Amino acid sequence: MKKYSVFAIAREAMRGHKGWEEQWSSPEPKKEYDVIIVGAGGHGLATAYYLATVHGITNVAVLEKGWLGGGNTGRNTTIIRSNYLYDESAGIYDHALKLWDGLSQELNYNVMYSPRGVMMLAHNVHDIQVLKRHVHANRLNGIDNEWLTPEAAKEFCPPLNISRDARYPVMGATLQRRGGTARHDAVAWGYARGASARGVHIIQNCEVTGVKRAPNGAVMGVETTRGFIGAKKVGVVAAGHSSVLMNMAGVRMPLESYPLQALVSEPVKPVFPCVVMSNTVHAYISQSDKGELVIGAGTDQYVSYSQTGGLHILQHTLDAICEMFPMFTRMKMLRSWGGIVDVTPDRSPILAKTPVPGLYVNCGWGTGGFKATPGSGHVFAHTIARDDPHPINAPFTIERFRTGRLIDEAAAAAVAH
Amino acid sequence: MLLIRCPYCEEERPELEFRNAGEAHIARSADMAATSDDDFEKFFFIRSNPKGIIYERWRHMHGCARFFNAVRDTVSDRFLMTYKAGEPKPAKLPGASK
Repeated sequence: MKKYSVFAIAREAMRGHKGWEEQWSSPEPKKEYDVIIVGAGGHGLATAYYLATVHGITNVAVLEKGWLGGGNTGRNTTIIRSNYLYDESAGIYDHALKLWDGLSQELNYNVMYSPRGVMMLAHNVHDIQVLKRHVHANRLNGIDNEWLTPEAAKEFCPPLNISRDARYPVMGATLQRRGGTARHDAVAWGYARGASARGVHIIQNCEVTGVKRAPNGAVMGVETTRGFIGAKKVGVVAAGHSSVLMNMAGVRMPLESYPLQALVSEPVKPVFPCVVMSNTVHAYISQSDKGELVIGAGTDQYVSYSQTGGLHILQHTLDAICEMFPMFTRMKMLRSWGGIVDVTPDRSPILAKTPVPGLYVNCGWGTGGFKATPGSGHVFAHTIARDDPHPINAPFTIERFRTGRLIDEAAAAAVAH
Repeated sequence: MLLIRCPYCEEERPELEFRNAGEAHIARSADMAATSDDDFEKFFFIRSNPKGIIYERWRHMHGCARFFNAVRDTVSDRFLMTYKAGEPKPAKLPGASK
């Protein structure tokens, strides 16, 4: 792997950019690997990267039915924050946030992590109580989060409408200054490049169609559209399709898959300095470095794998955006799209061993997995390499739905579901 | 937006009038206190989440307000049929591809 640097750019500029090498190789699949990761999104590629760098396991294949980063990694609204209510969530999301800081240097790849601040709006007394509770809980966990008056919120984010007669009046806000955004594609590409350079095979257009198990129940490998590939350890990191894959191994999951939509506007000059979220009216917005407003909507109400969603969901979100930011009322929207998100009953992820020996699962990130990408990959690699969870992901088991030991961010409503 | 046929109103109406109520044909135990943790997990949390044909409940919230069941393909979002609550799971589906 040739290092990217200002000198590399100068050198290539001198010779007509003929010396850039492929960022990752596309080898033919081998007959057997030590570990197979199913799903080449951010989480799967990060898992492979940390298996190689932290645990020295490089005989790894990452199988992807489509193209690398073409699922929810390329479809999310790139928001990064760690202001979750419960200790377990704070642990895993802040682990990720700490890795975001410095990730570009570690990967030698600009993931454009921009800690521009994530603001969450309160529109009623209940919101104020819930969000202040979050501020206190976050601070007890060592996570920065602060309460802003409407005036202070307006000062931090000038486009905000804090008029008392707004349809959704702003009664205050929380601000996590370390929160922000990153370039979603670059995260997948950077991890893919780093993993590939260490010997990991990234195999695209290779759909897993079955999971093969030995008579004792242990995993032997996976059937794919490119033939059988053996491995004693298989990690499923397949977002909306996780339950489909787990069914192939005979494991029924506490998951439901829903369409989640987002949209972008035409690109404009820098007008929006931070990320603003409103859980109550289901809207969140930021501006990409290209200049587009990036707007996230809520999920549709029904299970679907269609990667589309209802137009009324987008309209509902835009109603709220225009009310809170009147300057955007004449903004044209360019594109909208949907991704399929796998949602658990308590809205917390599952990163765990499974009842099947050698089968591991990293799923259930629901509507907000992008922010966790580095931390998720880091602790999932540990779980696979040691056959034992990292202390950070130890609470995120499948069994919690039998024991009742939930991590109930659904009730805590830290996120717009 | 989906168009959904309410089997009580016998009319196809826009999705906005309806509320999805999750997977159908999951029977609640008559004696919940005697239900084991494993069975409760299956009843309460585990879902089939199929890529393909799903049997699901809908409620005609802003119409007759009644619950009914539907059969839908989760890949195309096309409804194959709807039927009244309490009717058995249909053995044969109209125009089902799989």
